[in-house]
Amino acid sequence: MIHTKTVAEQSAALRAGELSSTELTQACLERTEQHRELNAFITVDAERALAQAGVADERRTRGEAGPLTGVPIAQKDIFCTDGMLTTCGSRMLSNFTAPYDATVIRKFNEAGAVLLGKTNMDEFAMGSSNETSFFGPVKNPWQADAVPGGSSGGSAAAVTARLVPAATGTDTGGSIRQPAALCGITGLKPTYGRVSRYGMTAFASSLDQGGPMAQTAEDAALLLGVMAGFDPRDSTSMDKPVPDYVQSLNHDLKGLRIGLPEEYFGEGLNAEVATAVNAAIEVYRSLGAEVVRLSLPNSNLAVPCYYVLAPAEASSNLSRYDGVRYGYRAPEYTDLTDMYEKTRAQGFGAEVKRRIMIGTYALSAGYYDAYYLKAQKLRRLIAEDFRQAFEACDVIMGPTSPSTAFRLGEMTDDPVSMYLNDIYTIPVNLAGLPGMSIPAGFDSKGLPIGLQLIGQYFDEARLLNIAHRYQQVTDWHKRIPPGF
Amino acid sequence: MKWEPVIGLEVHAQLLTKSKIFSAASTRYGAAPNTQACAVDIGLPGVLPVMNIEAARMAVKLGLAIGATINRQSVFARKNYFYPDLPKGYQISQYELPVVEQGHLTIEVDGREKTVGITRAHLEEDAGKSLHEDFHGMTGIDLNRASTPLLEIVSEPDMRSAKEAVAYLKKLHELVRYLEICDGNMQEGSFRCDANVSVRPKGREQLGTRSELKNINSFKFIDKAIDYEIERQIDVLEGGGKVVQETRLYDAAKGVTRPMRSKEEANDYRYFPDPDLPPLVLDDAFIEDVRKTLPELPEAKRARFVQDYGLSAYDAGVLTSTREMADYYEQAVEAANADPKLVANWVIGDLSGYLNKENKEIADSPITVEMLAGLIRRIADKTISGKIAKDVFDAMWNEQGDADTIIENKGLRQITDEGAIEKLIDEVLANSPTQVEQYKSGQEKVFGYFVGRVMKASKGKANPQQVNKILKAKLPG
Amino acid sequence: MSLDKDTVEKIAHLARLQLNEQELQAYTDSLSQILGLIEQMNAVDTTGVAPMAHPQDTVLRLREDRIEETDQREKFQRISPATEAGLYLVPKVIE
Repeated sequence: MIHTKTVAEQSAALRAGELSSTELTQACLERTEQHRELNAFITVDAERALAQAGVADERRTRGEAGPLTGVPIAQKDIFCTDGMLTTCGSRMLSNFTAPYDATVIRKFNEAGAVLLGKTNMDEFAMGSSNETSFFGPVKNPWQADAVPGGSSGGSAAAVTARLVPAATGTDTGGSIRQPAALCGITGLKPTYGRVSRYGMTAFASSLDQGGPMAQTAEDAALLLGVMAGFDPRDSTSMDKPVPDYVQSLNHDLKGLRIGLPEEYFGEGLNAEVATAVNAAIEVYRSLGAEVVRLSLPNSNLAVPCYYVLAPAEASSNLSRYDGVRYGYRAPEYTDLTDMYEKTRAQGFGAEVKRRIMIGTYALSAGYYDAYYLKAQKLRRLIAEDFRQAFEACDVIMGPTSPSTAFRLGEMTDDPVSMYLNDIYTIPVNLAGLPGMSIPAGFDSKGLPIGLQLIGQYFDEARLLNIAHRYQQVTDWHKRIPPGF
Repeated sequence: MKWEPVIGLEVHAQLLTKSKIFSAASTRYGAAPNTQACAVDIGLPGVLPVMNIEAARMAVKLGLAIGATINRQSVFARKNYFYPDLPKGYQISQYELPVVEQGHLTIEVDGREKTVGITRAHLEEDAGKSLHEDFHGMTGIDLNRASTPLLEIVSEPDMRSAKEAVAYLKKLHELVRYLEICDGNMQEGSFRCDANVSVRPKGREQLGTRSELKNINSFKFIDKAIDYEIERQIDVLEGGGKVVQETRLYDAAKGVTRPMRSKEEANDYRYFPDPDLPPLVLDDAFIEDVRKTLPELPEAKRARFVQDYGLSAYDAGVLTSTREMADYYEQAVEAANADPKLVANWVIGDLSGYLNKENKEIADSPITVEMLAGLIRRIADKTISGKIAKDVFDAMWNEQGDADTIIENKGLRQITDEGAIEKLIDEVLANSPTQVEQYKSGQEKVFGYFVGRVMKASKGKANPQQVNKILKAKLPG
Repeated sequence: MSLDKDTVEKIAHLARLQLNEQELQAYTDSLSQILGLIEQMNAVDTTGVAPMAHPQDTVLRLREDRIEETDQREKFQRISPATEAGLYLVPKVIE
């Protein structure tokens, strides 16, 4: 069954001539169509995908194919794609055909990947359950009444259900890692500055980072190799060489120092998740790693800190949606201010409006120092915690999420509880470090559990190596939900 | 009660970069609407700003010219407000840490020198333009100007009269053009001025409540607007009222200021550091490189003109009022290899007169440096007289060729041949017996009559000194 | 700290969001809750800590002053709500 294969395997099959990209793309399109009930995609453009597949096949005939040439990939609907609807899961952009390509899209195009479709997401990436999408919630393939996590829930569900072998996501406070954990796939949030943000619709500019979501660490390495790199169009993009992430996958883990922060194993962590994470650490021990106990003393304040900084930046980033140049404009209004207020009231959903207001308040006169500046200082303390921790270890491990997938609607009326889902992922974004989530077991309800790996700045190669070695001796990542 | 006005100016100078401050779109003025507004300028989702190095250089240039502190690290911040010509809903500007701080300019008013402090100069992007002519009751938005680099130059409230404000503004205007960082064109909005005006009882330390006069876009109006506003505030205060802190627009047609109706309703700009832009860090090498490109500044040039060319302070001032005119003058002196004062007279007199009459800049003068120098050489070597030279100048202006060609074609060469002049004089004397008699009887002013007749007979070409000399010899007395 | 409705109304206007009475009440409640979460930050003394605005300790890269963009008005305005004669149209702006 070609659809259960990884990117690496599909790439090998294409290389061996076992099938064409056109056939492979056709198969993915059919599966996507069969599983529309997941609501994983906002846009599937079969014509465009097949045209790209045809070009990929020609490219292969000419002997110019790379590892991703002809492989179907899904893109989170946050990446501007020239000539294609790019909605960010919002009514505000529900009619927005992007007039240019994000750098990430351009890089996948240059690699010859086939863009199968644009995946569903929490509106403007604000959410942890994919329930804030204007296009409706995404279902978790493991259990139809459970959330897939968010905000990259569509990408996570699409990969989990093997509609595509891999997809992209973006991660501002956990939006790649948390859905990867809740769906049982591999997700990597790179170091801030590793992947260009140009064309990736901004949520919180100092935290956002795009990255791969795949079945395996090996596939994530293949995708990151395409996505990463300096971009002169992004002033926060770092000009550092991109290593060959695949080449270092098999490095030995003997002597690897794994840091376990006590704060990641305290109150609020689901017992079954804790058990699975501890079991995974035992696997690493058996591979020759050592365990170091340590503390990230300020990490318990990461969520409050984040809920100042991210909404503050978002309130400003989302000001451009005013109904003047593109996107939604309210059909009726009395004057300019009324047009703005109605357009934005109708164009944005409840959670986005909530965060815009929090951010507006945190930046407003008289509150800036108490909220925004305070949060920026706390951010430094949190980053400093990690710096000290990495003096004693090479990688930090813990749970990705405090629980497994919760039920649809379970937390929609309780924003604060919803926010606490990202308690283990948010500190990583605040520090700008790379983080991964890999499948590490299931709970008694049959829902996946994610193990989080946190690395040093620009240490993605090592994270992928650590994840890959685990996947060589476990098979959690190979499990496919029943019915898929 | 005696009232004392207090005035501070905020000048927005559009920097003369080729591309915008945060995008690679052209800054050229006058293009069709929105044809120079790229993805970054119109604020599409996902676009990001990338800073233009030239804008940083120009800001440093100004900073060095006004003796200011150049901050080694400055920060771009977002100023958040909604306005249709502000595509992102925020303007990228500098707030807490501007690139330039604490400079000054010296102005001269009524023969008295005064130093005006410059609090700061910061880099920011311009907004687009709202076109208010009627599109079925709608306003049209042109974003070509969006993200054009601006340097906002904020003075201390150091000025005490409209006259001082105008002197400061002219000085700054001259400076930015000297530095070639701004074209200074007020009509096109590349040099805009807002004035903060307040009044207080003379002798009191504490400042009065100020109003901000927006967009006074001509030197002609600046003193009128400020004077009006000073009077208005005094009237309010003397009538027992209070000045309201507000933004006012100057209505040039009516000669009054009036409060703005919309834009500034209790704004809370929610400034915060722009997360898309790391801090702007300028090292010593960068600043020294800019210093090397600094031109000679107006004051230094003026002093040198007085010293080296023996010009009066007034003439030196006129000649250095723009860098272009000063350069023209110096090149002409060198090319003509003649008395610098003679060259100065031609540049200040005829050339400036013709330029003014036709509303032309010196750069567009049909008479090049080389042409003017050619003319002056012919005066100096006595080929033509100063009077004839004016006709030659006029002919050059009307594109009839250079001085030598015109002198040749029109036969304007001066008559210096003694025999020929003598012959002309003899004829004049023979035809003017009455006047000769008068002269003989002691009416010496008739001499001028003879000179005039001789010059006329020679069609102005006879060398006047020779005419004088020979006439004197021929007339009895 | 809890917010009152007036403050929420003011914030909503600053952010150009129209709220009806029911929404106003709901946001007043949830924003107050979130502020409660945020104020946990006060548990840590941050005196003397330098604020962190960027995750990477880096400086602004400067681009050479070159024109590299071309006119794309037609493409950009194809997706606009209202344009005429190359201009974006909005309800009358009063100065």
